[in-house]
Amino acid sequence: MSRTYPDKPQSVYFFGTCLVDLFYPKAGVAGIELIKREGVDVIFPQGQSCCGQPAFNSGHRDEAREVARAQLDLFPKNIPVVLPSGSCAGMMHKHYPELFEGDRDYDKACELASRVFELSDFLLNVLKVSLEDKGDPLKITWHGSCHSQREMGVREQPKELIKQLSNVELVELKREKECCGFGGTFAVRQPEISAAMVSDKVDDAEATGADKLISGDCGCMMNITGHMEHRSSDLSGQHLAEFLWERTNGDR
Amino acid sequence: MGIVNGKNFKGRVSEALKDQELRGNFRKAMDGLMTKRAAQFEDVDEWTRLRALGESIKKRALSKLPELLVQLEENLTKNGIKVHWAENVDQANEIILGILQSHDVKTVVKGKSMVSEEMELNHFLEPHGIKALEADLGEYIVQMAEEMPSHIIMPAIHMNKGQIAKLFEDKLPGTPYTEDAAKLTEIARKELRREFAEAGAGLSGVNFAVAETGTLCLVENEGNGRMVTTVPPVHIAVTGIEKVVENLSDVPALLSLLTRSATGQPITTYFNMISSPRKKGEKDGPEEVHLVLLDNGRSDVYRDAETRDTLQCIRCGACMNHCPVYTRVGGHAYGGVYPGPIGKILTPQLEGLDNYPEHPSASTLCNACVEICPVKIPIAKMLVRLRDENAGNCPHGEHPVKGRGSKSSAVEHASWKGWKAMNANPTTYKVATKAMSKMGNLMPSSLPMLSEWTSVRSKPKFASQTLHDLVKKMDVKDD
Ligand code: SF4
Repeated sequence: MSRTYPDKPQSVYFFGTCLVDLFYPKAGVAGIELIKREGVDVIFPQGQSCCGQPAFNSGHRDEAREVARAQLDLFPKNIPVVLPSGSCAGMMHKHYPELFEGDRDYDKACELASRVFELSDFLLNVLKVSLEDKGDPLKITWHGSCHSQREMGVREQPKELIKQLSNVELVELKREKECCGFGGTFAVRQPEISAAMVSDKVDDAEATGADKLISGDCGCMMNITGHMEHRSSDLSGQHLAEFLWERTNGDR
Repeated sequence: MGIVNGKNFKGRVSEALKDQELRGNFRKAMDGLMTKRAAQFEDVDEWTRLRALGESIKKRALSKLPELLVQLEENLTKNGIKVHWAENVDQANEIILGILQSHDVKTVVKGKSMVSEEMELNHFLEPHGIKALEADLGEYIVQMAEEMPSHIIMPAIHMNKGQIAKLFEDKLPGTPYTEDAAKLTEIARKELRREFAEAGAGLSGVNFAVAETGTLCLVENEGNGRMVTTVPPVHIAVTGIEKVVENLSDVPALLSLLTRSATGQPITTYFNMISSPRKKGEKDGPEEVHLVLLDNGRSDVYRDAETRDTLQCIRCGACMNHCPVYTRVGGHAYGGVYPGPIGKILTPQLEGLDNYPEHPSASTLCNACVEICPVKIPIAKMLVRLRDENAGNCPHGEHPVKGRGSKSSAVEHASWKGWKAMNANPTTYKVATKAMSKMGNLMPSSLPMLSEWTSVRSKPKFASQTLHDLVKKMDVKDD
């Protein structure tokens, strides 16, 4: 899956996503800082809420559409919209056109969809960042979300960024491509299967001997780190944006 | 469907998850299959081209399915093959019984056929005094174990060598316990040879039915397919109506996609093309060949432009091999003939959402199946559609799926309405998120959805300030 990347813009929109907003706001702040450091202005429309994915994936398309519709007018300028979540980016980039098929706002939805980028992809391929590591030696592992990988074509980008950090050793998971078992309402509709999946994922992460697991999606994060805490694992989890900012800003 | 049903999905899942041996068997087998398939499609360009071709062949065939079926019947008839149409499973069973009885058949040897599983043919024939004997090694094993296949390509994949050895020892008098695969195959072969020689009829499935020439193509590895279609005097092939392709030249691409996706083999050991009964002067082959074309809900699936894509399936099984849910719970948990991702979309469409209410939700929508499906069936999209229908929200009112609205719940509808009210308006969103940041962490873990979540995870912690709030303190514009 390849897409054409625009030249480095003067400004971008930032869509924080509801999970980041409520549970991981620091990841959002870090994402914004990383972009700003490259000399790019960030606009955060205060009217934003949620991309609509929870309802869309749960079989409530009408509700999803109305929530999505509320976002459509928030990003009027022809500049990129950056999201610190591959899953929500996938919703806007891939599913908005499908969700608005036959709707009065179809063209608007398609236009917006075309400007949506996942954060790590944007940092690497549009802003072409080069990161200077200011942290102590650390061993980490990476979990890529399914939607990032398969809906946004974001597989190597986050790892490329991590590899720029000179003091960080990246150990890959044995089953890196495999789902962690979150799947939005799947985790509560099919709790037992979800539990088996997340437990295997944490086993895999622990086996790498890493100190931290990094991910670019708050849904997976909440699931995986939630299970780590539940089983009192030595591992901790962190959002990629926060991790990158922390390592390169040097003051945290 | 009689013995199979989707109702107790969660109960079976629970059982399967507890069975560590079963989980180990699946994990090992699926890991192996994924690796073998990946090796076949290392050349990404070739894969991209070939699967686009595969998809277009199936789409073209489906776009003219009614005409092609007529053409197929004409050409098969011309070739001397008798064609039968069955609207449902009962009709198909009756047709086959009729053929068998007219030849006074007591034993029918079977090649692998998922459609015959769909019909529960073996059970149906039993009280009529007809023994149906599975000749595919995997099918032979599950038949001996009195189970259903747990995978559409590898029916006994849920068992390990030790379990199979024990089964042979228990069920076949005089067989010593051995885990030697070659020896076990040898034993099965000996048993089967005898039956092949005596069987009054052979039954097989069909991988591709070619309309242009009236040819039935059958892919297999063990040679049993060749045996059941040539040794007994009568051969009955049975297939779903979606297996028709237009031309002979459509077959190679699909065959290549099928075998490489299924088992990672570049080609199978046997590829049978059946175009007529035995002709004068020919040394082998059945005197009579029949084809039973089964609908069983397929034309309903066909009628809707969106669900129609389901019928593109070439039954390679790759989606189950790559499915993290299937790998954990195995094929029997699904309670239907078709397990895994394809089963999750096909079974409720054929048998009704009311009979398989959990199928659409038993997926994280991780898209691993979508990524590898050789004919590009949008499985995740279909799952979402079925969820819409399950909730009674189908926007495609013209062709609702059977059993639509079976999971419609007032509580669920109300909570999504509430969710919409909160998220579709910036003011309500701000008020609600402020409240949640303040109070959210006080929610007891025993709340309905939260209790499922916290059974294996800590409770998510609301941040004291939202991103909306934090951003206001930064040098970030609002518009
Ligand atoms: S849905 Fe696709 S991957 Fe699954 S069995 Fe059918 S063709 Fe194969």
